[in-house]
Amino acid sequence: MTAPTSTPKIQLIGVKKRFGPKVVLDGVDLTIDKQSSLVIIGGSGTGKSVTIKSILGIIKPDEGTILVDGEDVTHISGAARDRVMKKFGMLFQGSALFDSLPVWENVAFGLIQGRGVPRAKARDIAIQKLAKVGLTEDVAFLSPSELSGGMQKRVGLARAIAADPEIIFFDEPTTGLDPIMADIINDLIISTVKDVGATALSITHDMVSARKISDKIAMLYGGKIIWQGPTKEIDHSGNPYVEQFIHGRAEGPIKMAVKA
Amino acid sequence: MNVFANTGRATLVVLAHIGRLALFTARALAALVSPPIYTRLILSQMMRIGYYSLPVVGLTAFFTGGVLALQIYLGGNRFGAEAIVPQVVVLGITRELGPVIAGLMIAGRVAAAIAAEIGTMKVTEQIDALTTLATNPVKYLVVPRIVAAVISMPILTAIGDSIGVLGGYVVSVYSLDFNGSSYLKNTWDFAHQDDITSGLIKAAVFGFIVALLGCYNGFNSKGGAQGVGNATTNAVVSSSILILAADYVLTALLFHK
Repeated sequence: MTAPTSTPKIQLIGVKKRFGPKVVLDGVDLTIDKQSSLVIIGGSGTGKSVTIKSILGIIKPDEGTILVDGEDVTHISGAARDRVMKKFGMLFQGSALFDSLPVWENVAFGLIQGRGVPRAKARDIAIQKLAKVGLTEDVAFLSPSELSGGMQKRVGLARAIAADPEIIFFDEPTTGLDPIMADIINDLIISTVKDVGATALSITHDMVSARKISDKIAMLYGGKIIWQGPTKEIDHSGNPYVEQFIHGRAEGPIKMAVKA
Repeated sequence: MNVFANTGRATLVVLAHIGRLALFTARALAALVSPPIYTRLILSQMMRIGYYSLPVVGLTAFFTGGVLALQIYLGGNRFGAEAIVPQVVVLGITRELGPVIAGLMIAGRVAAAIAAEIGTMKVTEQIDALTTLATNPVKYLVVPRIVAAVISMPILTAIGDSIGVLGGYVVSVYSLDFNGSSYLKNTWDFAHQDDITSGLIKAAVFGFIVALLGCYNGFNSKGGAQGVGNATTNAVVSSSILILAADYVLTALLFHK
């Protein structure tokens, strides 16, 4: 963690987004310090994904400001957007690997297409990055569809870190994995983020994973951040919503919405 | 009361679609003229859109030419004009049936494949992944397909035209007792440069329509398997209708005297 005086890596100020009549984000304020790891927790359909996609510019917020390194990126597009996107890497929930390309080309994609690295060099880097997530060279020439879910997650992670991003997003990194593979992915997340010195933002509802990979946790409910603090304080939040969520109780102030 | 509400709602949906398609077209055209240009992807799409469509376009063109010869012969017979078969076949194929048949075949084969592929990429977040890898999805996915289709379609149509004329020739010579060499001479003498180029211009426009609507429907697919299925159907239906509508407009424009 850096001193609080420096510019935060990412800052969201009063971000609002609605889809038709449904208000998803209702004024989200969030600050992510350089080289810190923040996890946003919250139930399904509370707008965790919308928050991440807003920062990436995939979804345009209706109101509010998003700053990356102090630069307002809320409404930029085209070449300016591409330049900012080069700071990011993301591990998608379903890995989102390109099934038309072999594993190594998936990992090298951002290098070849986004940064113009020659293919042969990009392949060497891809094989190095695959080694970092515990995959051998022979996996590099397989098609993503030949891999198991856990292996695909590793490839997705290698792709996210391939271009040494300053910021890495993790969307439900352990969802759909068995507990052992989930723990392996958690360890890989911690080591790779440390390795590249990145700032990490994750969204999850897996509390084991959240506790392990974060140094700060924020909880999103009703379109707002209702609690945030250091991970070690989450058990003493004094917030009934957080209490209910982290203990996974059916009874409590949170009512499950039927529609997403 | 309800009738008005439904009509209004349907009208709004149609207008929203037209607006979104116009915006999408504008984005695609803007991406078309700005670097980088993915030559590799254009070539691989030309293989998929053009080369692999050759059998289906060739076969349909052959039978179309054949049936055209037969119909003209039987129709012309009523007023003693059977001899006109080679001229009508070459005119009908090059001006009209060659590009339209190729266009409709490509709409079925290629628009569906594009919509299904891009739609699946959309619902599995692969398109979002492109964005996070500093790659513009429109430039990477849409532009190569449009360029490839616009280049491939006239080539396919030129080949289809030849095979169509051949189909007419085969039926006329082997079944209707035409003289082979005079059939070819009549065909050759009658066909104008304009007949062929107008057909090839149409073909390029049809290629643009097919690739654009395949991509547009893919990009706008929602949900899971059902959403991709709907996108595929919409791509085929809308591109087929637009091809026939554009065919009329182009014919009126190209042969305006």
